[in-house]
Amino acid sequence: MTEKPLPSRAGLLPLLVLLVAIAIWSSLSLLQVFPQSVFPSPLAVAKGLGEEIRTGRLLGDLVASLFRVTTGFMLAVLLGVPAGLWLGHHLRSRLALLPAINFFRSLSPLAWIPFAILWFGIGDLPAIFLIFMACFFPVVLATLAAVASIPSVYFRVARDYRFSGLELLTKVTLPAIAPQVITSLRVTAGLAWLVVVAAEMIAGRDGLGFAIWDARNGLRMDLLVAGMIVIGVIGMVIDRVLMRLTKISSVRWGYER
Amino acid sequence: MSDKPLRIEHGSVSFGSVEVFHHLSLEIARREFVAVVGPSGCGKTTLLNLFSGFLKPSSGIVVCSGRVRMVYQHDSLFPWQTAAQNVALGLRDLSSEAERERQLEEMLRLINLEQFAGHYPHQLSGGMRQRVELARALAGDTDILLLDEPFSSLDYITRLRLRRELARMLEELPRTVVLVTHDIEEAAQLADRILVLSDRPARICRELRVAIPRPREPTHPVVVETVHAILAELGLEQN
Repeated sequence: MTEKPLPSRAGLLPLLVLLVAIAIWSSLSLLQVFPQSVFPSPLAVAKGLGEEIRTGRLLGDLVASLFRVTTGFMLAVLLGVPAGLWLGHHLRSRLALLPAINFFRSLSPLAWIPFAILWFGIGDLPAIFLIFMACFFPVVLATLAAVASIPSVYFRVARDYRFSGLELLTKVTLPAIAPQVITSLRVTAGLAWLVVVAAEMIAGRDGLGFAIWDARNGLRMDLLVAGMIVIGVIGMVIDRVLMRLTKISSVRWGYER
Repeated sequence: MSDKPLRIEHGSVSFGSVEVFHHLSLEIARREFVAVVGPSGCGKTTLLNLFSGFLKPSSGIVVCSGRVRMVYQHDSLFPWQTAAQNVALGLRDLSSEAERERQLEEMLRLINLEQFAGHYPHQLSGGMRQRVELARALAGDTDILLLDEPFSSLDYITRLRLRRELARMLEELPRTVVLVTHDIEEAAQLADRILVLSDRPARICRELRVAIPRPREPTHPVVVETVHAILAELGLEQN
């Protein structure tokens, strides 16, 4: 579907929405619809954010959360994509394992929190484990679905042009599934970011999730909102970074046709 | 090189209880252009799959001596590769990089797509894509070209153009060709010999030779006469 090209000013529209949102927020806070103690003003939040940045706490929490997300997500991708490739090519294993995969995929990763703490204690490991549990199964499913839907004619062409086993993987299967897998990576990275916050709230001593939990315990709603804003912004940045992958010239076919 | 690079002797093919061919025999001479027409589902594509080695006969002998390339009915270009990269697949076996480069340029020139070398298949029109497929199959040292309804997805005018282009390409790069088509006019315009297949189990119910040289006009009296003969054989035209 093609839309009319927009004027260059259209890029400013989200900024306009942001300004309107802040205006509504300010008026609600000025009108004292909720007491100041449970509904911080934009100014208070901005001050809180400045404080978090100055003390270096924000950077520390950010690094901790990003480290967990990156590690858990990469583990899920490094194990999930090969597993999906294998299942996509083997009907029997697929029939055997698909129900189990769907079972685990339907299980909220947060349900694993008690075990995560009992098995891995507090800190990086439980969060990484939870992120892995959240991402691994969707990545496997997306990869195997992509493999199973590769048109068989590509493999016939590969045979005609004498592709060897490894070439078949690197020059046919992987490029053929790349667009679908990249889409699933974007979705699961978002999932990972959701999970890390929840995991750190319960099983963390640092990280953005812990920061907003700590702010709540200290009744610092300004810091809580500051944390929420940072979490949302970083989530957007992660998606933007992964969206760059969809611009690679050899995968654009998957999104443009 | 063999005189008759493609040969089937008493070949039979069955899928379960469905018998596609029963003791079919056929010889195709070197550099001959044979078109196969017949009712849909009669086993035309199966015939190509026998020659390409993708399918083994249930009984009988299939001989295919020489290097085979196939052009498929459906879009079979790799969508993650540019037009040039797709054509270059056909040149994979050449050991010299410089020679590959030279032949690639020549193939792109042959199909008039030099300016589109860097385009991906989804950025090309249907006719351009089919030309890239032809170039990929014709590139390099191959002997036999199997065409499985290569122009069936194109509009009539593009089809006419591509028939002409195929004839021109084969003049420069002669090959033994088997064309499976449901386009009777296409068969009559391109082939030296046309095999009309019957319903399953398919046998060759008629062989027609078209003796005039290529390229031929679709309205040439001999082409038109051949079309009439095929239609009559298929029971689609009286007298």
